[in-house]
Amino acid sequence: MRRKKIPTWFVLIFPALVILAAVVLVPLLFSLYSSFTPYKLTRPDTLFKWIGTFNYQKAINSAVFWAAFGRTVLLLTIALNLEMLLGLGLALLVSRVTRGQRALRTLMMFPMMFSPILVGFQFKFIFNDNVGLVNNALQSLGLTNEAIPWLVDKNLAMFSIIFAEMWSSTSVFAILILAGLFAIPQDPLEAAKVDGCTPWQTFRHITLPFLMPFIYIALAIRSLDVARAYDIVQIMTNGGPARRTELLWTLIGRTGYVDAKMGYANAMGYISIVMAIFFTIFFFRKLNAARSELGMAG
Amino acid sequence: MASVQLNNVVKKYGALEVVHGINLDVAHNEFVVLVGPSGCGKSTTLRMIAGLEEISGGEISIGEQVVNDLPPRDRNISMVFQNYALYPHMTVRENLGFSLKIAGKEQAEIDRAVNEASTILALEDYMDRRPGALSGGQRQRVAMGRAIVRHPDVFLFDEPLSNLDAKLRAQMRVEIKKLHQKIKTTIIYVTHDQVEAMTLADRIVIMRDGFIEQQGTPSEVFEHPVNTFVATFIGSPPMNLLQGKVIADNQLAFAEGFTLPVPQEFVGAVKAGQDIVLGFRADNLMPENHALDLDEASPPIKMPIVVSEPLGTETLLYTRLAGGEIQAKMLKPRPVVDGEVLTFHLDLARCHLFDADTQKSLR
Repeated sequence: MRRKKIPTWFVLIFPALVILAAVVLVPLLFSLYSSFTPYKLTRPDTLFKWIGTFNYQKAINSAVFWAAFGRTVLLLTIALNLEMLLGLGLALLVSRVTRGQRALRTLMMFPMMFSPILVGFQFKFIFNDNVGLVNNALQSLGLTNEAIPWLVDKNLAMFSIIFAEMWSSTSVFAILILAGLFAIPQDPLEAAKVDGCTPWQTFRHITLPFLMPFIYIALAIRSLDVARAYDIVQIMTNGGPARRTELLWTLIGRTGYVDAKMGYANAMGYISIVMAIFFTIFFFRKLNAARSELGMAG
Repeated sequence: MASVQLNNVVKKYGALEVVHGINLDVAHNEFVVLVGPSGCGKSTTLRMIAGLEEISGGEISIGEQVVNDLPPRDRNISMVFQNYALYPHMTVRENLGFSLKIAGKEQAEIDRAVNEASTILALEDYMDRRPGALSGGQRQRVAMGRAIVRHPDVFLFDEPLSNLDAKLRAQMRVEIKKLHQKIKTTIIYVTHDQVEAMTLADRIVIMRDGFIEQQGTPSEVFEHPVNTFVATFIGSPPMNLLQGKVIADNQLAFAEGFTLPVPQEFVGAVKAGQDIVLGFRADNLMPENHALDLDEASPPIKMPIVVSEPLGTETLLYTRLAGGEIQAKMLKPRPVVDGEVLTFHLDLARCHLFDADTQKSLR
């Protein structure tokens, strides 16, 4: 009896399939399944109880969930825009530096080298109302006598978190935009000068369109980053006080691991992923539009 | 509409001086071509006139006004770049109208100027395309159109045809000449191609190593080159040069015992014992029976053909004479066998003598 021969193509991709299945597919399907159960980490038997879309309905009707969702979108909008503007400014400045530019570029990337957890601790200390650097400085300068509750007040806490995010990630924009600046052909810039452009007009009409693809790549990367923001917030405010800085993933993390309601947490997770996918598609659309404008599409 | 003056203009990059105090007067409506090998400073000179490079010394004026410290936008010039330098994210129409839009002109006026330029350059069919969807020749025309919509005082062309293929280049050369006839404006044109220089220029300025070697009308620089550099740079094929010496009885002696009489024009200008370089063009060295109307025919010269290049209307002959390889022309071509020995006559009236030390013309 002859053994049936396995096709070569299958043999070749089989190891990859096994690994993919083990690390991505199975956990994904498992988490998706568990979002339709009242799965609690403390009671494994709950995994086998099917409750349909109950968790999803609960999330959609939960004010707490939508508050966290809205806060995440707010954080994303403010942080991304500010980081983009600052990064653009930084890149433009650095691109004009003639001596020591390499050293400067390396320095600029330092914040990216720290773990977000450490950044969180660092800013938790800086913004601490009693012993923090900021209050200390403000009081020493005589600007205020109060201990400003940076991490307690609702708006100030969001501000502090956004500040920490920007400190650690503005350089992502700066580096990518700088790469864009280096890639701009000189000819159109010179043509614009001869055509009568002031430096601002040259920037507005020539430089910026060339930079847009780079800006959208940075936005796409960072939108995913911020949409899953967890570490810095967890350390600085732990989503508190009283959920004032609760973001999607601090909420989901607390629900899943502290309250042990893994099924519900997974349901919220799946809803949140939709947001991340939305932003990614949005920015990639923009990116492709900007690229095709420059004749780079294809 | 303006003249352009360069007064002792110098360009330095750090300690390196690349343009050494050049003087140039371009008259109103004149078409001047700066030509020279790469690295001769011709593009740098043009970019200094445009204001894209600062000048390190001297003075540039456009229309009587010194523009040394004016940014390009205040010089009322237009420039056509080698790589076209179109704005890739704008349509042809937007590219053409950009400078006027920047200047804050009314839309109606912009439309009129853009339409006028597109008619002159036959761009009407491509107005809504982006540069990426155009061929090289079309892009070149857009670049020229962008330059003419502004009605500048001076047009600057920086090797505008060097990215085009030979056929298109010849075609665009004619277009540029027509353009100059249509819109009478001062043009300064940079190229490394002596054919472009000869065909386009009212006046050619030949540059080498940051100096102007010679300037004059195309026929002046072709017929009376001031030195061996100009002699070999202008004209195709390049002028033949032979090292020699003046001996007694107004004779020139070359290697391998080859001698020639001193051309009439130079009798008295040279003295016995002087080292010279004889220059003559392929057109003036012709095989017997092909020599048409020689003004001052030399004694017959027998030479073997190394290689022949039939070009249809004429055949270029590579031969050996006095230890050097030289080129001759056969104007009524017949098949030539390599190695065949032909008898040639040189038209002495069209020969040039240069001093061997200074390489300067002895005329």
